[in-house]
Amino acid sequence: MSAAFGWVLVGVIAILAAATIVGRALERRATTPEGRATIQNLNARTRSWWVMAIVFGGALALGPAATTLLFAGLSFMALREFWSLAPSRAGDHRALFLSFFVALPIHYLLLGTGWYGLFAVFIPVYAFLILPAISTLAGDVTDFLARQAKVQWGLMLTVYMLSHAPALMMLDTGTDPAMLVLYLVVVAQLSDVAQYVFGKLMGRTRFSPNVSPSKTVEGLLGGWVTAVLIGVALHGLTPFSPLQAAGMSLVIVVAGFFGGFVLSAVKRDLGAKDWGYVIAGHGGVLDRVDSIIFAAPMFFHLTRYWFTA
Amino acid sequence: MSAAALARQILIVLVRILVGARGEWVGTAPEPRSRIYFANHTSHFDTLAVISALPPELRRRTRPVAARDYWGGSALKRFIAEKCLRAVLIDRDGRGEGDPLAPVDEALARRESVLIFPEGTRGAGEEVAAFKSGLHRLAERHPEAELIPVHLDNLARVMPKGSFLIVPLTCTARFGPPLTAVPGEPKAEFLARARAAVESLAPRRKGAPA
Repeated sequence: MSAAFGWVLVGVIAILAAATIVGRALERRATTPEGRATIQNLNARTRSWWVMAIVFGGALALGPAATTLLFAGLSFMALREFWSLAPSRAGDHRALFLSFFVALPIHYLLLGTGWYGLFAVFIPVYAFLILPAISTLAGDVTDFLARQAKVQWGLMLTVYMLSHAPALMMLDTGTDPAMLVLYLVVVAQLSDVAQYVFGKLMGRTRFSPNVSPSKTVEGLLGGWVTAVLIGVALHGLTPFSPLQAAGMSLVIVVAGFFGGFVLSAVKRDLGAKDWGYVIAGHGGVLDRVDSIIFAAPMFFHLTRYWFTA
Repeated sequence: MSAAALARQILIVLVRILVGARGEWVGTAPEPRSRIYFANHTSHFDTLAVISALPPELRRRTRPVAARDYWGGSALKRFIAEKCLRAVLIDRDGRGEGDPLAPVDEALARRESVLIFPEGTRGAGEEVAAFKSGLHRLAERHPEAELIPVHLDNLARVMPKGSFLIVPLTCTARFGPPLTAVPGEPKAEFLARARAAVESLAPRRKGAPA
């Protein structure tokens, strides 16, 4: 483990400790019922952040196999949340079973063995063609196109796109590849946190009440600037110069924002407020990784194109 | 811990991992009083899902009503039903002697709660079938017991009829507000109202199959 990793660890623990102390103080000061509910949610979020930081940091410290397994598990839970809300018909049953128990494990196995060529096309080409082929055997043509589109969206978002975070470990940039995963996750998640904090403190102008009522213009700008500054400060984890790190962080935060935004639109289309309930204060796994889903492939390809030998 | 209690805990943990079985209380609270829970019947997991969704102190006093012709079939099934789930087995085909609901009456007379699936057999999809009259008889004989509608979602999709492949979706058991008594209400109207109460707890999702 590099010295930079140690600094990130210290920084994350310091931020979480500060958030825990501030949360305790605010809990005593809150007077209105809404205020109390907001603070309780804030404290639940902080507690969950401790757990998430320990699980993610622990997996990174254990090595590439543990990190890949962690993301495979997150993909599984995210896909489960996707289908628990998205409607399906009996004719989709085999395609769903294959998504969970064949496509997902094979995709992560290709990642783990470093077979990049097949990893890149297995879901977008082969799952794309084979799953609808199998679905036709059920003989149900009602809403066929819409049903197949859902099967593809579920796999692409929760498995294919998300897996590009651990896939960074396949890249030979001359620096510790696990630190690229850390960099992506820290910048994307701190961007979400900073957006939340700025939104709560000075949010006035709703960005898009229909899609995501809690997002404000002030929160977005404050969050993005904070996250890009953090991205520059952490350039030591990566092969990037400070200026390149600013550009990469900007890509991560903008893509990450649209990840949250698009998944929020899908969620609302399905009539739900949260994707699930396993992460107290946050909702489901999909509520927490939505920004990574959009940011990971962009970050992966930019890094692969410009920074690998 | 007895073998039955241990088996019960293992079953509940398995059900939690497999289908989530989260309880959600809407317009009612998990209170330890005598209740008749009635739910839609969609899969083999239904009884286990509702029992797992109940808090432990309520689970202890809630007895699922199960069909003797299925659950009495083998020693293992009887052990799971009677010892693990503390089920009340009844003769749904009416071949037994006397009133098939008598064991359920006894449980309610002891101030316990019961869980029944008034559709009888499980339906083909998400739709709730017409209710059989047992619920009406129990409601008439036990006016002190609260009638709590329960809706189970997604379970029909976990393992549809005729398939052995499990798709690991999460199920929510939604407990609704108690059905109020309407004096002199005809049986058919009561049953329709009870069925509508279960249906009204289903999540409204756009694009869901009708």
